[in-house]
Amino acid sequence: MTTQSTQELVGRGNREGAALFRDWFAELDATARNGGQSAYVFVMGSINEILKTFDLPVVFPEINSLQTAVRRVAHEYLEEAEDYGYSPDICGYVKADVGMQLRGGEHPMGQIPVPSMSVLTNACNTYIKWAEIWERMYDTPTFTIDIPGTRQSGTQTWQGDSDFEADRKYVETQLRELITLCEEVTGKKFDIDKFRQVLTYANTMSRCWKRVLELNASKPSLFNALTDGTIFLGVANGFRGTQEGAEYFERLAEEMEYKAANGIGQAIEEQYRLLFVGVPCYPIFRRFNELFTDWGGSFVNSTYLWFASGGTNRGFEYDLADPVASLAEGVLISVRDAMDSMFHQSEVLADMARDFDVDGVIYHPIKSCRTVSTGLADGRRHLTEETGIPSLFIESDMMDRRVVSEAQMKNRIDAFFEGLASRRLAAGVQG
Amino acid sequence: MSYAAGVDVGSTQTKAVIIDEDRRIVGRSLIDTGANVVKAAESSYLAALRQGHIDEEEVEYIVGTGYGRYRVTFGNTQVTEISCHGRGAVHLFPNTKTVVDMGGQDTKAIAVSPEGEINDFCMNDKCAAGTGRFLGAAAAALDIPIDELGPVSLQSTKPIKISTTCTVFAESEVLAWLGKGKKIEDILWGVHQSIASRSAGLMRRVGIHDEITFTGGVSRNLGMVKALEERLGKKLNISEECHYMGALGAALFAHDHVMTGRAPASSAMEVTS
Repeated sequence: MTTQSTQELVGRGNREGAALFRDWFAELDATARNGGQSAYVFVMGSINEILKTFDLPVVFPEINSLQTAVRRVAHEYLEEAEDYGYSPDICGYVKADVGMQLRGGEHPMGQIPVPSMSVLTNACNTYIKWAEIWERMYDTPTFTIDIPGTRQSGTQTWQGDSDFEADRKYVETQLRELITLCEEVTGKKFDIDKFRQVLTYANTMSRCWKRVLELNASKPSLFNALTDGTIFLGVANGFRGTQEGAEYFERLAEEMEYKAANGIGQAIEEQYRLLFVGVPCYPIFRRFNELFTDWGGSFVNSTYLWFASGGTNRGFEYDLADPVASLAEGVLISVRDAMDSMFHQSEVLADMARDFDVDGVIYHPIKSCRTVSTGLADGRRHLTEETGIPSLFIESDMMDRRVVSEAQMKNRIDAFFEGLASRRLAAGVQG
Repeated sequence: MSYAAGVDVGSTQTKAVIIDEDRRIVGRSLIDTGANVVKAAESSYLAALRQGHIDEEEVEYIVGTGYGRYRVTFGNTQVTEISCHGRGAVHLFPNTKTVVDMGGQDTKAIAVSPEGEINDFCMNDKCAAGTGRFLGAAAAALDIPIDELGPVSLQSTKPIKISTTCTVFAESEVLAWLGKGKKIEDILWGVHQSIASRSAGLMRRVGIHDEITFTGGVSRNLGMVKALEERLGKKLNISEECHYMGALGAALFAHDHVMTGRAPASSAMEVTS
């Protein structure tokens, strides 16, 4: 490969991801202004594959909300929702969305259409209450898919097991009901050939997404799982089942293969390889990352990339011969895995820490999301006892700048790295 | 003779310690931080030099620590007070396994290795409950000088249970108990017990292992020492130097550089907001 290839390839995923993101919101803006239909969905099981078959533009309220934080206007929306009566302690994503709805869909990235329907899974209890808000506001049909999760750590069943088959059929029945609802909402008949095409695109994306994540075990790591990874995640959610999404991930995998083959890492000199657990601190997104990169810390993987992609990081590929049944199988496995990434994460974190040769694990519980935060203290203790990997526990929020104290955060992060540095020094002296 | 210095700019007070090549404290000072943090750091350092009869030129390396560590403009580098308290505590009490540092705006529990390295730590979260500020609020409500809080609390015979953990609400709760005719010493002992309870909670998160060394400004408060010892069921290491522990730890990191040429691991990036 030539220098020209390097210039063309390196950073392409970030550039193209940002462009796709703008395109997506431009489409939503046009839909809103034209009074077109849209589906509101969530990151942990969007069922984009069915919605895209009906040409429904998808709105991810979680992504809308985090964008207000990244663009530093979240407080306006949060305060609007709190003035309406919401407590400061509940999910910041919900409140920013409520604030946006109260403003008639006004969002820093454009106008957001009202929902024609909403689709959610039981991966998060708040999803259910959230969709009820739209039901009341807009009389929106709401479809909740109940995904059988892991009953107990280590008890997942797989293809060929009778319990798994019962669960798969349960999900398939619900997906067929969803197809019927989509037909009613859009007035279109379900097109099985188009559905197969959508699944083909989703398969390409899943295969490449898995590969991209695996490649980051390279030394040095190829991308920052916290910052770059969030761009990839946006495309993985918004463009799942589309040609643009499939092509984007093929090109992203090509970029990462090239970087791995040529030893091209991130812009920083990697001193410490870190694993991130939780949801990013969006109110100071760049700065938060700099508090780590300043020490040469790079995030090589993140549970966020697992659960917030709906478990599509597993790379499950659909069988086009029996598409609805296979979608049910994929949704069951992927969404279950997304939930396990939050609730039964210790073992997979230990494996990941080993496979990615991680120096430390950063736990980031957040005030306004109990779902992802509740078990982190216990999980951290367990991981420490099992592996002895150093870890840091820092609390802030994904949306609310009022509870993010940079000085306190920096103090903890600096002390963590000081400890890593002294341990490394001591190990070097002993070695 | 070469010297090394540590300057700990805390939220309430600024401390400076100067040590010699044998790591003996030869000068120290303590002043209120006030509004001018840069000046506080300078004044404290100069006062420590004066006390030790040391010329500035004789000090080879200076480490800043505390929340104002980046305001130690004459310092060579910065190390967090978490690392410094751990390092200082193990220096003074070599069998230390757990450090509890209670300062003006935060309380830290630190698990340390025999070498003074940080194994784990935990701090109060964006709230002054269980810190020196909580005591300050009680002192203000009762109109008692802070230095007398401990001795007065130790006279308690019927302790009051303080239910709030909020520093802002503590003042009104203290006043409410006063209005009910409760004795000041009983209310104060309740305040101390409340802080001890929260601090013990932090310590449990990192593991409570003997020996435990109590550092920071509040370690001078004998009422708090007793309250913590009762809560933990263990004796605490304390000494006059415990108030200076952050600055001492910083001076020890500076001493490393003087003796080995090795600078402590540090972040040069300042807080921006």
